[in-house]
Amino acid sequence: MKRATSTKSLIANRSFLIGATITLIIGVMAGLSFAWTPYSVSTLDIVAKLKPPSISHWLGTDHFGRDILSMIMIGSRASIFVAFVSVAIGAGIGIPLGLWAAARGGLVDEMLMRFNDLIFAFPALLSAVMITAIFGPGAINAIIAIGIFNIPVFARVARGAALALWVREFVLAARAIGKGEGRITIDHILPNMANILIIQGTIQFSLGILAEAGLSYVGLGAQPPMPSWGRMLFEAQTMIGLAPHMALFPGLAIVVTVLGLNLLGDGLRDLLDPKLRYMR
Amino acid sequence: MLSYASNRVFIGIITLLAASVIIFAVLEVVPGDPARLMLGMNATEDAVRALQEQMGFNQPLIWRYFNWLGGLLTGDFGKSYTYSVPVIDLIKERIAVSLPLALISLALSTMVAIPIGIFAASRRGSVADTSAMGIAQIGVAIPNFWFALLLVYVFAVVLRLLPAGGFTGWENGLWPSVKSLILPSVALALPQASILARVTRSSLLDVLGENYIRTARAKGLSRRKVLYHHALRNALIPVLTIIGMQFSFLLAGTIIVENVFYLPGLGRLVFQAITQRDLIVVEGVVIILVATVIVVNLLVDLSYAIVDPRLWSRR
Repeated sequence: MKRATSTKSLIANRSFLIGATITLIIGVMAGLSFAWTPYSVSTLDIVAKLKPPSISHWLGTDHFGRDILSMIMIGSRASIFVAFVSVAIGAGIGIPLGLWAAARGGLVDEMLMRFNDLIFAFPALLSAVMITAIFGPGAINAIIAIGIFNIPVFARVARGAALALWVREFVLAARAIGKGEGRITIDHILPNMANILIIQGTIQFSLGILAEAGLSYVGLGAQPPMPSWGRMLFEAQTMIGLAPHMALFPGLAIVVTVLGLNLLGDGLRDLLDPKLRYMR
Repeated sequence: MLSYASNRVFIGIITLLAASVIIFAVLEVVPGDPARLMLGMNATEDAVRALQEQMGFNQPLIWRYFNWLGGLLTGDFGKSYTYSVPVIDLIKERIAVSLPLALISLALSTMVAIPIGIFAASRRGSVADTSAMGIAQIGVAIPNFWFALLLVYVFAVVLRLLPAGGFTGWENGLWPSVKSLILPSVALALPQASILARVTRSSLLDVLGENYIRTARAKGLSRRKVLYHHALRNALIPVLTIIGMQFSFLLAGTIIVENVFYLPGLGRLVFQAITQRDLIVVEGVVIILVATVIVVNLLVDLSYAIVDPRLWSRR
């Protein structure tokens, strides 16, 4: 039993380590893109179009002769920005709702849960397509569309975790000294579920990256000339026979980023809360 | 059992009604007048007003909602503004592509993922387990439309085995149609299978840690017998939940994957309808998809009761 546990935590640490490293690299890459990219992505170089990877263009060039590595670097901004803000929206609204439902119980709780079921009945991507299409394509509407679907996720997780905490002795003690529901929630419930929320945040962040890529692939995310990974894949589609590298690298960027975040989430889960290990 | 079932059905109906209100409200209150959009920029005010009248746009909102809802119940989904055919006919035509696509991918992912999950759990910690879960970890991170592009490159561009896109229609032979659904369903199935394999494995491992499994082993049953007779059935409940949820992901996933393969399914229909502001088509397709999700989840809920008799006595 002892040995199994130590092996487990080693694996956990390893996935945390790999995940954190990948996430850090992607973050640095996005930050660096504000100051420097190998080539400018706004100047077109038709002579150098559709070049496969080489010394001068590590990941090749696209149909306008733009450097794909530079495009991927700048494209990471749209992915990260959309995913981050939509997680913030989901957490900012969902967590208070979940805490409120857990603290009050009864009708409030029942209504919130039914509302959750309702949102879950809409295939998220379909509704995101609907929202962005109606209110116009663009990064902001993509954020709103993805953010709305993060609300019930965070509400559900926060409620579940809070319900489990409300029956604990230290909460009873807090009640005994006369603290109200709101005070107890802020002082005792929220700090004790921070782990779970951070883990969920990582998962939703990686789902947000995938959703943003999907939306910009169908033309509803960040608009050109702003590069985005999904958009690059869309442009690569018609060139797939001529320049498969155009499709390969932006996709790999998505996979690596999402994989990094998922590993980070798994690692955090194992490190912070061993009981939750098998929940996914 | 009966009260559990009727309770679930009741909740399903209420959810569907609420969903219909949301769909209607969102799409009717959107900026942009469909009559004006249909007639173009140069239309006269009179022409726009006449068309609004003809399509009933000048009626009160509540009245239009109940009119639409009443129509839905009798199978009348209204008439498409752009195609000028009943919406229900469009949906029927397109669902003949999307539903087989979603079902094939669901079957594919289930058939691949569950054995892998069982295998990995039964050899926990082995090289096979670690590599299977490593592949699943990557599979979860792969966007299905990118995987679709790679499949097109390998099987359509390089090997020329399968079509890169398009759909010949069921009436032109089964095999050509199935052939054009192979790559899209594989693309859709991969991320789902990865999730399902992980869930199957972890659910089975959870069950294998239970006391009654130790008891079964202690009374002398073989590992194999315990795994298949005692553990698997109990481990299936979370797996069932995920399969139910995946159906809704698959339906939504078809929107994007149908775009990669130019398949004339519901996803492309709704996508084109949105860009053409053909709102009545969008409403029809969305309510059909939402209803499907609700029905599938209802079936999953009811199947819990069959798998887990303890639920019979609850509520």
